[in-house]
Amino acid sequence: MRIFGVLVGSFRWRAPDSPDRYPGKTERRMDPAIRVRDLTKRYGDITAVDDVSFDVAAGEVFCLLGPNGAGKTTTIECLEGYRRPDGGDIRVLGLDPQKDAEGLSRRIGVQLQEASLPARLKVWETLKLFSVLYERPSVQWDLLDQLGLEAKRDAYFDKLSGGQKQRLFVALALINDPEVVFLDEITTGLDPRARHSIWELIRGIRDRGTTVVLSTHFMEEAEALADRVAIIRSGRLVADDTPRALMRSLDRDDEVTLTVEGELDPASVAALEGVRAVFPGPGGLVARGSGSGWIARLVADIDRQGAELVDLSTRRASLEDVYLELTGDAVYDPGRSPEGAERPGGDREPHDPASGRPISEADGDPGVTS
Amino acid sequence: MRKLLALTVVQGKLFMREAFAFFFTLVFPLLLIVMFGAVFGNEPGGRFSGPYGYIDYSTPAITVLIIVSVGLMGIPIQTATARENKILRRFRATPMRPSTYVGATVVVYYLMSVVGMALTVVAAKLLFGLRFDGSWLGVSAGFTLIAAAFFSVGYMIASVASTARIAQVVGQLLFFPMMFLSGAALPLQLMPEGVRSFAELLPMTHGVQLLQDLWFGGAWGDSIVHVLVLAGTLIVGLTLSARLFRWE
Repeated sequence: MRIFGVLVGSFRWRAPDSPDRYPGKTERRMDPAIRVRDLTKRYGDITAVDDVSFDVAAGEVFCLLGPNGAGKTTTIECLEGYRRPDGGDIRVLGLDPQKDAEGLSRRIGVQLQEASLPARLKVWETLKLFSVLYERPSVQWDLLDQLGLEAKRDAYFDKLSGGQKQRLFVALALINDPEVVFLDEITTGLDPRARHSIWELIRGIRDRGTTVVLSTHFMEEAEALADRVAIIRSGRLVADDTPRALMRSLDRDDEVTLTVEGELDPASVAALEGVRAVFPGPGGLVARGSGSGWIARLVADIDRQGAELVDLSTRRASLEDVYLELTGDAVYDPGRSPEGAERPGGDREPHDPASGRPISEADGDPGVTS
Repeated sequence: MRKLLALTVVQGKLFMREAFAFFFTLVFPLLLIVMFGAVFGNEPGGRFSGPYGYIDYSTPAITVLIIVSVGLMGIPIQTATARENKILRRFRATPMRPSTYVGATVVVYYLMSVVGMALTVVAAKLLFGLRFDGSWLGVSAGFTLIAAAFFSVGYMIASVASTARIAQVVGQLLFFPMMFLSGAALPLQLMPEGVRSFAELLPMTHGVQLLQDLWFGGAWGDSIVHVLVLAGTLIVGLTLSARLFRWE
């Protein structure tokens, strides 16, 4: 896991004096790197990918997000030419992945979700072999340094850690200076540090102008990396936008968790302008609201009541909320209590949304104040 | 061509790092020839016809043993393991053609069989005065035909076996009985009549007899049955592998 911080600072893919390999980058951006129309793939009776369409612009990081078995890998493998679609049309760099598989394989980089290398092949031998297989005139040894594998040059593949193996696969995916790189669940099974170093790596690939197609079921990964996120559920595309737009589209209240010392009347808080709901929270309360200034009014009200504010944290709609809502397990349900709060059993409606009337101690909620 | 060469070099290295294949191809035959030579010597006569002794019969037989162990165990285990471990999957993503992968594997196993034979011949010559009355060209041709036949059976096993473990079991089930019943490990001349007639049904027996005939300077015309059986094996193996082989 060494040196990723340092590495990223000096991340470069070509010698500094070499000319830009993508002089036509701006023009190229006008055509999508990938165009998918009505892609359908069935395995027997199961429709793994169902009428999926999307574009990936050149130079962007496009993230396919979805639960396991949603069809991410099938989609990616159709794009790579690995699987033959049952319907629809795919163009990657203008090529049909089925009709021109070999031509396409020269121009794309591939990291497969399930792949391995011979156990007794050394890191340097792997790099050398794949350079030849990808018809490169020379071996890009500096990839080893860039990926933090220099110290593992003579190590056998089966002696590498999970993160090192993934980085070797990234090296192989970059060995042909690809125009599009496919990374299928690249951080699954990695520890957080290894995951973050892979993220830095992906940013480096993007900064070089390469289009990146990424699949993951980690929300934070999509949030950290993606220019655009497509959420896929049971083979269907349920969203396709920038992470920011997706989060905005949820139209969700902000949520503030307060820890206070002293008496605090939840009814008073609930009556404030902009506050939509109040729940008891551990050591204080949780309020939901929207609009400008409601948090300031909330703090002022606590002060007015003579209670002391010990801690305040806010949470806005995250990609995770979007994801959970769109993949069916909706977390934002006005009747659902926030994390950690006790709720009276069976009561799915703690407040009347129309009147904004909050729950109060009279409803039997314990522990609203100390 | 560059790809074939690079992959052949890599497969060769992997072969040398794989103890099982290394042992059966390069070490085991040497042990056999030394053991047989020590026990039986190489004097002509006894059950052996012509001016040849035990080692003279055994050396071509053990050569066939090497080829068949590579074909029935080395190739299917290597190939099924690479498939099961998703190694073939990664290679499939490169611009390399599948035939290059098969080609490199076959070249490596062929060359290793040649090395195994060379070691055996040198040991037999130095230690036991091996006799040879054939032509190297003829023996090489016979060697290649036998290799083609059994390598194709190896790919057939790799095609029908869904896992490396199954490939290994199938390979061993075919190999070990044939090893003892084909005259490869123990000369058929030492076997009872019933075993000898059963041995005629095994393709490996025809491999052993073809190479022995060629070794002693026999004409191809006299070995036509052996050639036909091996050619038939090759055709069956190739046809089935081509139809059934899966990369994943």
